Amino acid sequence: MIRTTGLGKSFGDHEVLRDIDLEVEEGEVVCVIGPSGSGKSTLLRCLNGLETATEGDVHIDGESLRASEASLNRLRSRLGMVFQHFNLFPHLTVLENLTLAPRRVSGMPREEAEERARALLDNVGLADKADARPDNLSGGQKQRVAIARALAMEPEAMLFDEPTSALDPELVGEVLTVMEDLGREGMTMVVVTHEMGFARRVGTRILFMDEGRIVEEGTPSELFDHPTHPRTRAFLSKILV
Amino acid sequence: MDSPYIEVLPFLLRGLVWTLLITITGLVVGFGLGAVAGLGRIARNRLVRGLATVYVEVIRGTPILAQILFVYFGLSDLLGINIPNIVAAILAIAVNAGAYIAEIVRGAVQSIDDGQREAGRTLGLSHVQTMRYVIWPQALRRMIPPLGNQFIISLKDTSLFSVIAVGELIFEAKQYYSTTFAAFEALTMACVFYLMITIPTSVFLRRMERRMEGVA
Repeated sequence: MIRTTGLGKSFGDHEVLRDIDLEVEEGEVVCVIGPSGSGKSTLLRCLNGLETATEGDVHIDGESLRASEASLNRLRSRLGMVFQHFNLFPHLTVLENLTLAPRRVSGMPREEAEERARALLDNVGLADKADARPDNLSGGQKQRVAIARALAMEPEAMLFDEPTSALDPELVGEVLTVMEDLGREGMTMVVVTHEMGFARRVGTRILFMDEGRIVEEGTPSELFDHPTHPRTRAFLSKILV
Repeated sequence: MDSPYIEVLPFLLRGLVWTLLITITGLVVGFGLGAVAGLGRIARNRLVRGLATVYVEVIRGTPILAQILFVYFGLSDLLGINIPNIVAAILAIAVNAGAYIAEIVRGAVQSIDDGQREAGRTLGLSHVQTMRYVIWPQALRRMIPPLGNQFIISLKDTSLFSVIAVGELIFEAKQYYSTTFAAFEALTMACVFYLMITIPTSVFLRRMERRMEGVA
């Protein structure tokens, strides 16, 4: 459902992504790992047009991201995105964070949007925080709200950009649990992460990226237990002590 | 006979009404101009950006007295009509404050973390919707302290309208001392009137800023 062909991205002379051919099928949980600066986040941001590819193209269900701005908006709402720094709207309540896009983009009536938002908050264990302000939540709670906010648009796939990297260690688990449930329910996911345990447990496919390329990919056991490329081995030996 | 400090009060109260009326009306219109010009300064369209920049630089680079005379005499001359002095005064404050407010608006909008825009856009909100529902409400809050500051500046600038015979505070003080020769008393009291507005405003702003630091 997400397909990139010869995707490349340069910032000036600096080439961040090179020749990425990636196909994500429905129901897959693709985990992208690799050292910082390897282009993982840029790849994710190219998938929903936050960054414009300088080479190649991205297709969502066969529709190119290189279309008009109006169709880009529509394509974007089909992919949910969760950021490292949450990016909740601080001037709105938790509930309003969830209802803004359904009401303004999909034109959903207020009552219906709120009812669905409350159900989503309940799913992530935050039903009692509907009227709270984001500033009064812990990092883990913020990220769960951010996931619920993305789900409120009923996306066909979810993109996670290092969703637990800004969290205190003891808050990582609650976010990973929500993501794990989501993966089990069959949500198509692309997750850029440093959480190797999560990648191994939940990922259906692991991509190892380095220097803007996909170096190696495979199932969790193939990639973690029998990495073939020397760079993958070097990376894994450093993090799996 | 009463002391000049008391006698001048009816004059100054009349002047205060005009001073406040011109400042507030001028700033309301000025905020509209400033919002358009401020957003224009960061627009993607180069022509819009250019026009907004010219407006801001021309106004900030010329004295307000020149702008006042330009609107009252210059514009009347050019259009062949008589612009009432009150209208000219409001227009001059609006155009002048608008340029400074444009910079306040631009700064506040640009100070909002780019992640907010990205979050809005990834949810499917358009560029305009993201500005309206996500960026603008947050930027507006940050504009309040500098806008209060602009209020104080524009309030004081209205004193210049005595040159086009607008009956604001300074004009009324002059009216009084032109017959009584009690210039010291009249001007002292006029300044007291300005301070009665500017000091509470800045105290209020300081409190507000402190409260906002706590949230941000």
